[in-house]
Amino acid sequence: MQATPDEVLIGRIANGDRLAMQVLFARHHVRVFRFVVRLVRNETTAEDLISEVFLDVWRQAGRFEGRSAVTTWLLSIARFKALSALRRRPDEELDEETAGAIEDPSDDPEVALEKKDKSAIIRKCLTGLSAEHREIIDLVYYHEKSVEEVAEIVGIPENTVKTRMFYARKKLAELLKAAGIERGWP
Amino acid sequence: MNVLNKEQERFDVEALLPWHAAGTLSRRDADRVEQALASDRELQRRYALVREEFAETIHLNESLGAPSPRAMEKLFAAIDAEEARAPRRRASFDLTGRLSEFISGFAPRTLAWSAAAAALAILVQAAVITTVVVKDPNGPAAIGLANKPSDGSFAMVRFAAQATAADITNFLGAHKASMVEGPKPGGLYKVKLTDSKLPADEVGKIIKQMQEESKIVSFIAVVQ
Repeated sequence: MQATPDEVLIGRIANGDRLAMQVLFARHHVRVFRFVVRLVRNETTAEDLISEVFLDVWRQAGRFEGRSAVTTWLLSIARFKALSALRRRPDEELDEETAGAIEDPSDDPEVALEKKDKSAIIRKCLTGLSAEHREIIDLVYYHEKSVEEVAEIVGIPENTVKTRMFYARKKLAELLKAAGIERGWP
Repeated sequence: MNVLNKEQERFDVEALLPWHAAGTLSRRDADRVEQALASDRELQRRYALVREEFAETIHLNESLGAPSPRAMEKLFAAIDAEEARAPRRRASFDLTGRLSEFISGFAPRTLAWSAAAAALAILVQAAVITTVVVKDPNGPAAIGLANKPSDGSFAMVRFAAQATAADITNFLGAHKASMVEGPKPGGLYKVKLTDSKLPADEVGKIIKQMQEESKIVSFIAVVQ
């Protein structure tokens, strides 16, 4: 038995079907939450934002034209909400979090290196990337979005998507090098 | 291809490696990357780095956990509030949409088998109907349709919404009636009450009896 396609659920939601809304929420809310929490770095804020994302879906389902995947649409809304929330956040709070997020990864990784845990270091360095670089890496690797879909979600040309991904990976390599992992690239 | 072009091609292919690892390239681009990987050991090494990042990004995201039920509660509270303020106008029952949705749930192979089965069923049905019409002198009347609708006494009937097909069949059988036309506008059916034309008072008696079965008949009137 195949699951009801997302596009069909959106059609039902446009007609006010709450059950379809529950199904769509159950299907996608965890991934949308993870995308948002990686951007805003605050679980409570991310929870509030995903409620707002799906409320927008409830309101705008009738306008969904199906030209892109429903998940692409969801992530576009989520990104817009997350960036708006970041803009509203007081500067001092942002600075604290940013500082926490981009702390020199050479502290913990050194300990981790002793344990020979390369995976943990890579993950630590992934969290140390800027929001722009985290976002593109997550969209490509975790949310499995194509070049075209990333371009649509982020609102940049396809060539810029490829370039931004290249620089995100380059920055990751630099962080890894600083943490003692030389990969021989770039 | 000169050296400059080769370098550019390698750079272009390398830019696609993250999407190749995620399996989100078009067939054409995926083939292009595969071809380049097959003959370039340095590219293979870089692809291994991409796959490492890919795996750790998934690991990192999966460790982020999930939102609490509060997110869903907040969403549906907001939806309830919106609906209370301005109820959304629901579209009428969309049979075509439901049918499309039902069909879209099948795999292409299933659809192909269903179409073949449906075609066979139509052929068998046609054969059975032909046999009945040819062999049975009463023709379609035997299965509920009158053969000469112009003779006899008639009524227009609208069946109750809750009446099932079996109820209607039993009802017609009990009154020795048969359906000759319909549905017409308003959900009305023309029903043949008797084969010969009866006086008005006798037709009135039959109509009254039928009217008493209100679970099946919601409206009935004599047709002259």
